[in-house]
Amino acid sequence: MSSPLSREEVAKVAKLARLRITDAELEQFTEQLGQILEHANDMTSLNLADVEPTGHPFGLINVMREDVVRPSVDRDAVLAEAPDAEGGRFGVPRIMGEAP
Amino acid sequence: MTLPSGWEMVVGLEIHTELKTATKMFCGCANSFGSEPNTNICPVCLGLPGSLPVLNKMAVELAMAIGVALHCTIAPSTFHRKNYFYPDMPKDFQISQYDLPINSRGYLDLPDGSQISVERAHLEEDTGKSTHLGGSGRIHGADRSVVDYNRSGVPLVEIVSGPDIRSSTQARAYASEVRGILIATGASDGRMEEGSMRIDANVSVRKSGQPFGTRCEIKNLNSLRSLQRAIDYEALRQIDVLEDGGSIRQETRHWDENQGETSTMRTKEEAEDYRYFREPDLVELSPDQAWQDRVRAALPPMPAARRARLELLLGEPTEAQRDAVGTVVELELDQFVIAAAESNLDVSLAVARAANEIAAAINNVGRLSVESFVATVSMEQSGKLSATQAKKVLGELLENGGDPVAIAKSMGFEQMGAQALGELVAQCIAENPSEWQRYRDGDEKLSQFFIGLVMKLTKGQANGKAVIAELQQRK
Repeated sequence: MSSPLSREEVAKVAKLARLRITDAELEQFTEQLGQILEHANDMTSLNLADVEPTGHPFGLINVMREDVVRPSVDRDAVLAEAPDAEGGRFGVPRIMGEAP
Repeated sequence: MTLPSGWEMVVGLEIHTELKTATKMFCGCANSFGSEPNTNICPVCLGLPGSLPVLNKMAVELAMAIGVALHCTIAPSTFHRKNYFYPDMPKDFQISQYDLPINSRGYLDLPDGSQISVERAHLEEDTGKSTHLGGSGRIHGADRSVVDYNRSGVPLVEIVSGPDIRSSTQARAYASEVRGILIATGASDGRMEEGSMRIDANVSVRKSGQPFGTRCEIKNLNSLRSLQRAIDYEALRQIDVLEDGGSIRQETRHWDENQGETSTMRTKEEAEDYRYFREPDLVELSPDQAWQDRVRAALPPMPAARRARLELLLGEPTEAQRDAVGTVVELELDQFVIAAAESNLDVSLAVARAANEIAAAINNVGRLSVESFVATVSMEQSGKLSATQAKKVLGELLENGGDPVAIAKSMGFEQMGAQALGELVAQCIAENPSEWQRYRDGDEKLSQFFIGLVMKLTKGQANGKAVIAELQQRK
């Protein structure tokens, strides 16, 4: 049976997730992820016409909080943990182009 | 602007508005513009591992108010993660609504009678704000960017119109009407210059009657003027390309306000694959009918209803008066006109003074009380003040506040009382006996001749209607 997932697809997902993977890992993940997809495909053999789609394992809806301000964290303490900071802002490598 | 013959533009707008909540969408950090960088941040809006989002009830309520005002259906909705890597989004995903938005399938009627469909108005969170630092003179030498996460997680509603807009003027009218609704519902302050309302425009062109063409999305439209200019530029650009035998690539384009042109930001091939999936940390949002009804009942009149009310007071408004009413409602000056009408004053005069004189000094409107406005209009209508004088009194009230009667006196305007005016009119009659005779014989047009003379003598300080009254008295 052919794999439900191609190496190219796995390579693309890795690229989008900014993961650098070796050829051996690509091979391994393609097979493992393929098995997960195959398992999901097993579901299609079941007759689920009368079953409501499950969006969330808990039956909860409308979990909300009131619009009340709570203390924020100390900026200096946070920035001290950052690799780079300047003028109260986080420093990051130069951003190329605009946000997606 | 008119397009070359046979061409038509097709435009849809995406309007993002920040909601005027006290706190962010998923955490209790303050939602405030202009704070010191990174002072309104916490583990949730910094995307730290293990932190969990909890939905802000007020954000939901304001989103529903927008939905009701746009005649949308409010339905059970869910949240998704929109995944992408960019430093302004520290979680590396933005929480948004995807296939099930809170509001869908609405519409908006524009003042010109046209109707634009609203496909959806969904909730999502705003991103942080990054600033690029140039390399020169910096300690490290290398170029880098710095990020402020105060805006990260601020609640947004994105209002997506159908591709129903056919001109840049109509696009502007739609955006302006949406802005009016956002302000009226209290959902947003609609300040485009502060970024609390941001617009992207999807523009394509086609020969009349043909299927839709390939569209380009224009970003960075920071004012209604930019919106209008960018759409016109983009439609003409696409027509040029097509008429030269080329084709349009689907892409995102950036509007450069200074150059007055759009340029490629990224093409569809480079577009991100966002890999949307359900946000597992948030449950379904399903406002019950009672809550929806409460929001609906609490909604104040929308701009269209307010315009209709003022137009009814005017009777049969002219095109110019309708424009003036539009300005009055847009600037929220309704109460001035309504108070004048309730004092049985001339509504058209009140509308004109509000749409011109108050509008010209709108930033100072807080200094002008409704009573002072009504008193000034009343003095003008009764002839105690000429139009020019009334405008000056309003100008002074808006500049420094005070009492309109005292201001009129201190400016020497009450000198032109009935007696002084009567003497001037008598003088003009005496100096122009033949014109006076013709006027007495029924040539009403000559009233303008005498008004002109009196205006000249008073340097425009006289009241035209009062002059006519004096003339008729002497007939």
